[in-house]
Amino acid sequence: MSSTLKNLTLKVWRQAGPGSKGHFESHTIDEITDEASFLEMLDILNERLISQGNEAVVFDHDCREGICGTCSLMINGQAHGPERGTATCQLHMRKFSSGDTIVIEPWRASAFPIVRDLMVDRSAFDRIVEAGGFITAATGGAPDANLIPIPKPVADAAMDAAQCIGCGACVAACPNGAANLFTAAKISHLNLLPQGQAERFSRVENMVETMDEHFGSCTNHGECEAACPKEISIDMIALMNADYRKAKVKNRKQLARS
Amino acid sequence: MSQTMQRGPVSGTAASRPVRRRPFLLDLYATAVGKKYVMAVTGIIGILFIIGHMVGNLKAYIGVVEHNGEQAYDLDVYAHFLRELLVPIVPEGYALWGLRLGLIAALVLHLHAAWSLTVLNRKARPVRYQSARDYQVASFASRSMRMTGILVVLFIAWHLADLTWGWVNPGYEYGEVYRNLDASLSRLPVALLYIVANIALGTHLFHGIWSLFQSMGWNNPRFNRWRRGLATGIATIVVVGNVSFPIMTLAGVISYKPV
Repeated sequence: MSSTLKNLTLKVWRQAGPGSKGHFESHTIDEITDEASFLEMLDILNERLISQGNEAVVFDHDCREGICGTCSLMINGQAHGPERGTATCQLHMRKFSSGDTIVIEPWRASAFPIVRDLMVDRSAFDRIVEAGGFITAATGGAPDANLIPIPKPVADAAMDAAQCIGCGACVAACPNGAANLFTAAKISHLNLLPQGQAERFSRVENMVETMDEHFGSCTNHGECEAACPKEISIDMIALMNADYRKAKVKNRKQLARS
Repeated sequence: MSQTMQRGPVSGTAASRPVRRRPFLLDLYATAVGKKYVMAVTGIIGILFIIGHMVGNLKAYIGVVEHNGEQAYDLDVYAHFLRELLVPIVPEGYALWGLRLGLIAALVLHLHAAWSLTVLNRKARPVRYQSARDYQVASFASRSMRMTGILVVLFIAWHLADLTWGWVNPGYEYGEVYRNLDASLSRLPVALLYIVANIALGTHLFHGIWSLFQSMGWNNPRFNRWRRGLATGIATIVVVGNVSFPIMTLAGVISYKPV
């Protein structure tokens, strides 16, 4: 049963480029069906802006089915908006009411410079993954499936961590601009599995220290977990913290031998 | 988007591992995760002290006891015992000073780590959100850690000036702990200060105790649900115990009479 929302006010962040000064721009949406997704609502707004000869609002989006991690909007002070466990693209207008004012801002963190309007550059995440988000695999013939037995709870826990789509909502929601949930998820999904053991300790050391170059620190507010479209648990952060401590000792021992 | 990025070399893979020259502990302390270990460990030292301090002070309620054939306030006897700790292995006062130095070191490290993490966090978001944030789970305690921490440090300074050095306590007499306690807390503004400061301390502990398990990575799905209860329990016991002293002094239960 669809219904129509009337008289929405949008306050959208507009910023011409990385260094320029931005501002909120108000737009009115007179009518929109509640079946429209949030991004479709922005598409409709952009069509209107373009037909009026104005610049369209720039925002990131790609798959629009919650698996690519490209969309990234701070909606009414919540990363990915009011719906729990979804990315912005899976948020629908039925979560809002007629007459609402909706404030849309980009992610804000020094590691995520604004490219334009609502689009930010999240390549700092790539630096973290480059530092250790890989395993050593033998080349040659493809190994048989299920050659390495993995206990089901371990596989499940690794899968929980591997759900991370790297959208950056954890950083955006964190009052400290910390990327601990992202980094912990990327570390844990490999560190939990047998295939990830060879680089386990160099991985955690390199990824944590690369994270440190770009992001803030974790004070255990738990906002990241609440904002995460994949509902990744902050238990992953504890796992990372424990592994980092072990890594510092073990890597030191290994270095002493070399 | 390369024109927007200004970064140094990648530390992980491309660059070769630098030769480590820093001592292990300094190397560990260099990262934010390492500083959080320091916050947690020094926090544990502080928590143990605060519990011990509160339990020790409960002796104010025992009143006068017979000690070495003389009548004395049990609190004064206890205070003297602390000076004689480990005597005759070490001279009088040495063990107490050892404990004090440990606490001072823990406090200094806790403050330095908090300061440098705050600086890091400010740098991580130089431009704040321009619209109001709608926090989902961050508690008042977790968001006010800096504020309650500053309040507690200021209170510690007052507390030392009041009951250790006696600078702000007109009725102060060295060694007469019970008398000094009564003289200080009989003043209504001072009693209120103690109550407010201890509520700030309790709020700080409420988040800190829960948080330290996470920072240290002491995470076990079987026991995680006890962390909140432990934090609430310790914070409540400390606040109730400590707030009882000013209230009971104002109520006349703690009242000095020469013996």
